[in-house]
Amino acid sequence: MGIMDQFLQQLINGISLGSIYALIALGYTMVYGIIKLINFAHGDIYMVGAYIGFFCITIMNWPVLPALLVSMLLTGILGMLIERFAYRPLRSAPRISVLITAIGVSFFLEYTMMYFVTPQPRTFPSLLDDAAYHIGPFIINNQQIMIFAITIILMAILTYIVQYTKVGKAMRAVSFDTETAQLMGINSNRIISVTFGIGSALAAAAGVLVGIYYNSIDPLMGIMPGLKAFVAAVLGGIGILPGAAAGGIILGIIEALVSGFISSTFRDAAAFAILILVLLFKPSGLLGKNTNEKV
Amino acid sequence: MAIMLKLDDINVFYGAIHAIKGISLEVDQGEIVTLIGANGAGKSTTLRTVSGLLKPKTGTISFEDKTISGQPAHKIVEYGISQVPEGRRIFANMTVMENLELGAYIRTDKNGIKSDLERVFKHFPRLAERKKQEAGTLSGGEQQMLAMGRALMSSPRLLLLDEPSMGLAPLLIKEIFEIIKDINKAGTTILLVEQNANMALSIANRAYVLETGKITLSGDAKELSASEDVRKAYLGG
Repeated sequence: MGIMDQFLQQLINGISLGSIYALIALGYTMVYGIIKLINFAHGDIYMVGAYIGFFCITIMNWPVLPALLVSMLLTGILGMLIERFAYRPLRSAPRISVLITAIGVSFFLEYTMMYFVTPQPRTFPSLLDDAAYHIGPFIINNQQIMIFAITIILMAILTYIVQYTKVGKAMRAVSFDTETAQLMGINSNRIISVTFGIGSALAAAAGVLVGIYYNSIDPLMGIMPGLKAFVAAVLGGIGILPGAAAGGIILGIIEALVSGFISSTFRDAAAFAILILVLLFKPSGLLGKNTNEKV
Repeated sequence: MAIMLKLDDINVFYGAIHAIKGISLEVDQGEIVTLIGANGAGKSTTLRTVSGLLKPKTGTISFEDKTISGQPAHKIVEYGISQVPEGRRIFANMTVMENLELGAYIRTDKNGIKSDLERVFKHFPRLAERKKQEAGTLSGGEQQMLAMGRALMSSPRLLLLDEPSMGLAPLLIKEIFEIIKDINKAGTTILLVEQNANMALSIANRAYVLETGKITLSGDAKELSASEDVRKAYLGG
């Protein structure tokens, strides 16, 4: 395989991986946008989503799509419960208290899951045959096509909700100015809850897709992708939805290229080097406006 | 005339600071009532307590004979009270139209929303021209108009206006106050907080003067603007 072919192939791999990061990063950025919280439990929500999908497929014998939808629904509810019981009581507490609570929720999810599903990795059944298609110079397999398709559909639905629906407009209003949103009659607690629900559902979709793509899930699988998705959200400009999507895809491509051309051991280093570079040179992110944070 | 809004001996604290010290006041249906006073006297705090953004520690607020104090801000809108906040606080990253739609958030009567939108555009023709524009790109005067239009979209019976003249050129202030009079004539009761006491007294029926959290004077707006004390303290001689 020539260098160019290899490059194009890594590009496909990178976009697949990046789609996963993007789906997780969207939830990170939505929650940050609305309550200015880096929800460190978000990666673990993604892990729970993967397990729910796994059990739907293995125990209930469901096909991918219903498993994905049920996982999104239940994980969305989990996200709303976490917000209701862990974060809402701290609404007027200093931000650091909420951040520490998020780390606590993260451990809680990881070790509760370990108790119930054991720390052993589970093998996700392969649901699609491994057929690969040659399209010009690209080789793309069934799993990758599914990841692209589902990611694009979910992003389109999210964009529609945020831009055109009443609840989406309320989300943007609460995110811009919570107090004034309340003066419009918007129940900000309800909108924050919905935001957690949607963000968690997207993470669940990512979890199920990763299970299908890499065939293996375990209770600590959310830690690294959670951190990577955080990098992706910062890269795109935290709080900005298209930024999270773009940041995720870019990060995925960079990781794939580093694994393909340098060494896969440097893959994670590259992701965090990007975080450092963004924070040094454009802290507001690629799509962010350079404004000083208001105190 | 029927009493619409009644504040009965309310006390409001910001942490340890006693910002409102036992204020009682009334607004009758159809009136324009103004609260005037120096910076920090507690005018905005009073309005924010009526709209539910702050909670009184003691005392009650009733609106159309229902007790509303203690209710969250998003519920108070449903009673028929709408606030134009100090500094306009428009949703700058959304379009003019989206801002107005958010003003009608609590409503589901499509026809009523449509006719109120037409009414807002009649009061503020410039907003109609800039429907699709991002609200943050509007001039200060236009943003004030948008904040007022947005508040009217909930079809309030009582409109709370917090410093509508702030930061605007004198000509524009005149225009805004003319519109406030029109809105009142069309049937909306108004409680107006202003530092520009001259302008406020010129359109109000009655006025209350606030000093460090207490009402020190109240009465007919014309009589107050003629009074020696008020002239000295608030109207520049």
